[in-house]
Amino acid sequence: MKQFKGRVVVPGSCTAEALVSHGGFNTLASYQSAILFGDKQVKCGDQNNPDLYKKPMLGKALCLPMTIGSTTGGMVLYTVCSMGKQPACMLFSMPIDSLAASGAILGDVWTDAKMPVVDSLGEEFLAYVQTGMTVTVGEDGLVTVE
Amino acid sequence: MILTPEQQALLDGSKGEVMAKVVKTLVMYGDTFGAQRMVPVSSKYGHTVISFGLKVMAPVYDMYDQLIEAGLTSGQKFTADPRPVDDQVPCSFLEKFVFNKIMYTQQERFEEQMKKLGILDDDAYSCTCYVDQMGNKPAKGEVLSWAESSAVVYANSVLGARCNRNSGILELMGSIAGFVPEFGLLTDEGRKATWVVEVRCEKKPEAQLLGSAIGMKVMEEVPYVKGMEKWLGTELNDDNCTYLKDFGAATASNGAVGLYHIAGLTPEAKEQGEALIKEGAQVYVIDDAELERVKASYPVIWNNPDAKPELCFVGCPHMTLQQMKDWADAIEGKLRAKGLDKVTVPTVFTASPAVVKALEKTPYYWKIKSYGIAISSICPLMYMNNPLCKKKAVITCSNKLRTYSTARYYTEAEILDIITGKEGQK
Repeated sequence: MKQFKGRVVVPGSCTAEALVSHGGFNTLASYQSAILFGDKQVKCGDQNNPDLYKKPMLGKALCLPMTIGSTTGGMVLYTVCSMGKQPACMLFSMPIDSLAASGAILGDVWTDAKMPVVDSLGEEFLAYVQTGMTVTVGEDGLVTVE
Repeated sequence: MILTPEQQALLDGSKGEVMAKVVKTLVMYGDTFGAQRMVPVSSKYGHTVISFGLKVMAPVYDMYDQLIEAGLTSGQKFTADPRPVDDQVPCSFLEKFVFNKIMYTQQERFEEQMKKLGILDDDAYSCTCYVDQMGNKPAKGEVLSWAESSAVVYANSVLGARCNRNSGILELMGSIAGFVPEFGLLTDEGRKATWVVEVRCEKKPEAQLLGSAIGMKVMEEVPYVKGMEKWLGTELNDDNCTYLKDFGAATASNGAVGLYHIAGLTPEAKEQGEALIKEGAQVYVIDDAELERVKASYPVIWNNPDAKPELCFVGCPHMTLQQMKDWADAIEGKLRAKGLDKVTVPTVFTASPAVVKALEKTPYYWKIKSYGIAISSICPLMYMNNPLCKKKAVITCSNKLRTYSTARYYTEAEILDIITGKEGQK
């Protein structure tokens, strides 16, 4: 078990199974198929992301360095939140990027979805956490991985 | 963040609950990035990345209804990304049915919303809003509230305007409020390079490949690219702007680049030179072998990797007028040499409505049509987003389209050979 302290971007707490992307998370490429075709498990559609491709993302603690790709990214995250298909939380090793922040904030201000977002958890966080581990997020940005 | 009394009043609800939520969204956005204040949006026009009425995106249009019902409109006219459907693009009956009756059922609703919110006109749909014919070309130093990764990176890098990589929806909120939080690429410090890219290729690198390699390496950071002078020179002429359009789109979609500097060429690099490079910047050396490595790393996700190409898209981002003419000339030469009249793979050239209208006034329009090539203002990316197209063997020289779809990437020279080859084979 190991703990990491990050910065709270969107407050909240949760416990969920980790899903880890070591490369940048392309929000549009990851979600577009799942949204378009109503995939209940919300499987990742980004063929350029070997860590996540075809893996279910719904309700997972999404651990990532940052998001990349199209500027529809925030809108996609907002839509995912509106539909209740968001991850349990998003945990960034790096400072959050503008598109992910936009989506997280739009989801927080304009929907009822609860998706805590913590950033700046550090490189060690992403090196330690592995897909399948249990992650607990506290209101204060403390992330426990076990 | 310190707000002016007027901004604070908006946040407190002086213009209603919906406007308060718009300002709250912008304030939270700014707070996340340490913005100290809001700055006015100073460009004449905005640009939104959202251009489609997708049934499954209904929550977005519901939010737009909230904005409209609250009497909120964009304070500036704006352009939008390309439409997702166009009859000019080859489609089967089934594909048309899926597009019009299943996927884009909200298109009419959405376009009505755009009119109410302030879109420039019915022809304002293109990702290359900044070309002369479209007229949404901000000046150096102007502050924008835009979204569309390829347009933002172009405006920042080639035009010297200032815009963060805003998300869809948020860009519209900035245009509605008339101000955006000042951070990142809006600041002098945020525009400095944290990577130096040394290009040591023997021949002029393919714009889409070079951009891809740099995007994958630097992600969202700012690269300062050296070694391009021998191919690009020091003037932002039509050829260079076209090259940088395609290069930038690849940096933004394969990574998350919002601004790049090209030594001796782009406005800030010309003015400030290597003073733009931050101390301790990392270095990435690119040679021909590195570009080959990057190209070879792209996965081929066709059901049958050896399938004969069924469709080819050129123009993601949309082509410039000169680009269409150059392609027409190149295709003409290939067809003549091979004794052919028409391309052997159904091919679509995409460009903005204004560029297509300009092309129509030249002999090139009919020349391109005579080769059997469709000309459209569609968004190829949106076209590809359905289960039927996913099964198609689509080829492209766009690294953006490759990234977001099942389309297979080839260099421009390879595409030229394939679409003029025997039965679509090289």
